[in-house]
Amino acid sequence: MSTNESTETRRGKAPAGERVADWADGRLGIYSLAKSNMRKIFPDHWSFMLGEVCLYSFIIIILTGVYLTLFFHPSMNEVEYHGSYVPLQGQLMSEAFSSTLHISFEVRGGLLIRQIHHWAALIFLAGMFVHMMRVFFTGAFRKPREINWLFGFLLFVLGMFTGFTGYSLPDDLLSGTGVRFMEGAILSVPIVGTYLSFFLFGGEFPGGDFVARFYSIHILLLPGIMLGLVVGHLILVFYHKHTQFAGPGKTNNNVVGMPLLPVYMAKAGGFFFLVFGVIAVVAAIASINPIWALGPYRPDQVSTGAQPDWYMGFSEGLIRVMPGWEINLWGHTLVLGVFIPLVIFPLVLVSIAVYPFIESWVTGDKREHHILDRPRNAPTRTAFGVAWISWYFVLLVGGGNDLWATHFHLSINAITWFVRVGFFVVPVLVFIATKRICLGLQRRDREKVLHGRETGTIKRLPHGEFIEVHEPLSQDALHTLTAHEQYRPVEIGGTVDENGVERKVKGSEKLRAKLSESYYGAESQIPKPTVEEYKEITSGHGHH
Amino acid sequence: MSSQDIPEENLPAEQDHAHGAVTVADDTDPFADPGLPPHEHRVQDIDEQAAKRSERAVALLFTLSMLATVGFIASYVAIPHDQAVYVFPIGHINALNFALGLTLGVALFAIGAGAVHWARTLMSDVEVADERHPIEAAPEVKAKVMADFKQGAKESALGRRKLIRNTMFGALALFPLSGVMLLRDLGPLPGTKLRHTLWSKGKLLVNMNTNEPLRASDVAVGSLTFAKPEGLEEHDEDFQKEIAKAALMIVRIQPDNIKDKRELQWSHEGIVAYSKICTHVGCPISLYEQQTHHVLCPCHQSTFDLSDGARVIFGPAGHALPQLRIGVNDEGYLEALGDFEEPVGPAFWERG
Repeated sequence: MSTNESTETRRGKAPAGERVADWADGRLGIYSLAKSNMRKIFPDHWSFMLGEVCLYSFIIIILTGVYLTLFFHPSMNEVEYHGSYVPLQGQLMSEAFSSTLHISFEVRGGLLIRQIHHWAALIFLAGMFVHMMRVFFTGAFRKPREINWLFGFLLFVLGMFTGFTGYSLPDDLLSGTGVRFMEGAILSVPIVGTYLSFFLFGGEFPGGDFVARFYSIHILLLPGIMLGLVVGHLILVFYHKHTQFAGPGKTNNNVVGMPLLPVYMAKAGGFFFLVFGVIAVVAAIASINPIWALGPYRPDQVSTGAQPDWYMGFSEGLIRVMPGWEINLWGHTLVLGVFIPLVIFPLVLVSIAVYPFIESWVTGDKREHHILDRPRNAPTRTAFGVAWISWYFVLLVGGGNDLWATHFHLSINAITWFVRVGFFVVPVLVFIATKRICLGLQRRDREKVLHGRETGTIKRLPHGEFIEVHEPLSQDALHTLTAHEQYRPVEIGGTVDENGVERKVKGSEKLRAKLSESYYGAESQIPKPTVEEYKEITSGHGHH
Repeated sequence: MSSQDIPEENLPAEQDHAHGAVTVADDTDPFADPGLPPHEHRVQDIDEQAAKRSERAVALLFTLSMLATVGFIASYVAIPHDQAVYVFPIGHINALNFALGLTLGVALFAIGAGAVHWARTLMSDVEVADERHPIEAAPEVKAKVMADFKQGAKESALGRRKLIRNTMFGALALFPLSGVMLLRDLGPLPGTKLRHTLWSKGKLLVNMNTNEPLRASDVAVGSLTFAKPEGLEEHDEDFQKEIAKAALMIVRIQPDNIKDKRELQWSHEGIVAYSKICTHVGCPISLYEQQTHHVLCPCHQSTFDLSDGARVIFGPAGHALPQLRIGVNDEGYLEALGDFEEPVGPAFWERG
């Protein structure tokens, strides 16, 4: 689309591209849209690629998924296998399983597309996890981006369930075991558990319905919602403009970088092909979910080392380490040993999702934030995030307790007990340690600003003293290291109003004051150097 | 819990000092924003030779992609789908999958690498600043919207004509019930289905592997045998559903070693039959430690002691495995003496 020439008066017909654009503009108003977006500025930082990885793997999943639907039969009708995979000849299996074998062994390239689909799904979830952490630790979730944080969170949760329903479709021994686990968990729900289970499976487990039902959930319902959320997510990224790290020339009121056309069109567009290419090569050399080795599902058979895909691992950990509590009263059973993990499962996720709202309540900050925090400069937030990750990983260890036991020759009982205790203790220890590390790094920044960079050069002074030469920082570096904001703790206002009448201090107010103190009190942040301090030190002899 | 009551002075000063590339050469504030650093030229910006080299590199990558796509098509046509190939260090893998994936991967990666190299070396890398504008609407805009809304609400008379409002809310609240009703036939009601299995008095125990009825003499001490009720065949339509409840595991323990009294009564000469379905979330139990008579569920490691009423000795299961009462018929075959006395598999609300 040549836009430069279009303003000049020209004889004859406009070029074809321009005529097409004119036609579209008359109907869609594309020029106004392009005016603000074509040369939109995007800042550059490696961590901004993480979201792109998610977007591209999502597109790859949709492309390969549509291909797989051409060959997959979402049916649980029992058939006898007569395909080209010899070891399963004559076996009874569902059509879902046999059509997956057909895709893997007879459709040329079918196995490749299946493996790309599955690998891309794992990368999609891992990408979202890491992207979410990037957003969390840099404070990118702050106003005005809270809604987009929630969109992203929903995408992560829906992605988990789309993955679960997807890997359950082939009706193989491993995934069937996972579905059975889900059914057992549903049965534990008080009062309505059996009804939910019967409605979901069309009767008793496994029945003949769940593959077809999971299929419509997996290829239509969940991806449809996710596609909408992805579009909304991207529109909001465009609308809010991208965040950036502090640095020379970068303020809260601008965005510094390079334009969408051409630089990011090429970089981001090219990155799609890079991601796709890497996943294709991985799918070429690394087998994933070899269902032919697992065999068709039978409710009375199982293999050892059964594991869900990694993103479901923490829920597996919850169910494995929970003590088997059961309460039997008045002819009813309360299956706490399964129901409690079922309730904690969403709470683990929700606890990180609501954090931005808690932080904004504590700070009471209603301003827009477009400059990213360095994690060290928000010690409480960083400590919370790292503690959450440690919590998640403790549960992952619990979910793979059998593998830990066999690979590291440990007692499974010991691992289970470690996870039971660690579930409560590890996040607390990690929180404390992380906060201290953040404060240490803040002190280091402060030293660096006030005394300059350690050069490693040792100098001997005339009177024999050895000193290390410190090199003063450039103004760029000084600005970058001091650009962050520091809040002051909120105090509870006077308990007596202007008329001398005693005012009631609300509980929430006290709580906020306490939280604010723990966020921004003297224990929780190192005051950043002031200009006066800097001048006092630099105006002296230079050394001290 | 409004946050309005936090005094402004608790918030740090606004970060913004400079707009865009304004340079603040300021002696009084050494921390001030020095503004955007000057652009540094890349070698391609100055040296046309270098730029030409970059151009050739990009073109080479795009050409490589074309070749790889040709390779993909050739592999698709030429390589039989069941041919294996040895690839170091992976081992023997499917040749077609390997060739297609590799060529597709290279074709895609080369496009990406070409585009990124092009962007990095030949497109302008001058950093530009774009202004941000506050998202909140100006007060006039907000006032206009509020006025419009009030006007619209007034014209609808929704607040004044209460009868319309209430009946409308009623209608809107009720109609989704139709949707809920339609979900009713997703499945039958549970009833007592989870309480019963195919086992009943006189049913023979059939060896899962050989499909032959089990004799008491077939079961040796220390062995683990899986059994199903007679009459249940793999081809049966509801085989999966029935085996999910009826699957049995049979072991023989020296009667002296059986600690539980009822277990001994329900056994036949030390042969005991327990449900194979774990009482935790329903995995089939398959690991048997013959010295200790412990069985372990490989899914979540619930461990049961088969010599002591199959009580839980470790793991997340909440109660013992149900035992099936067995005996021997006149011909020496093992038979059930009834159904399980309690529901098998995971616990549920109505289990009691």
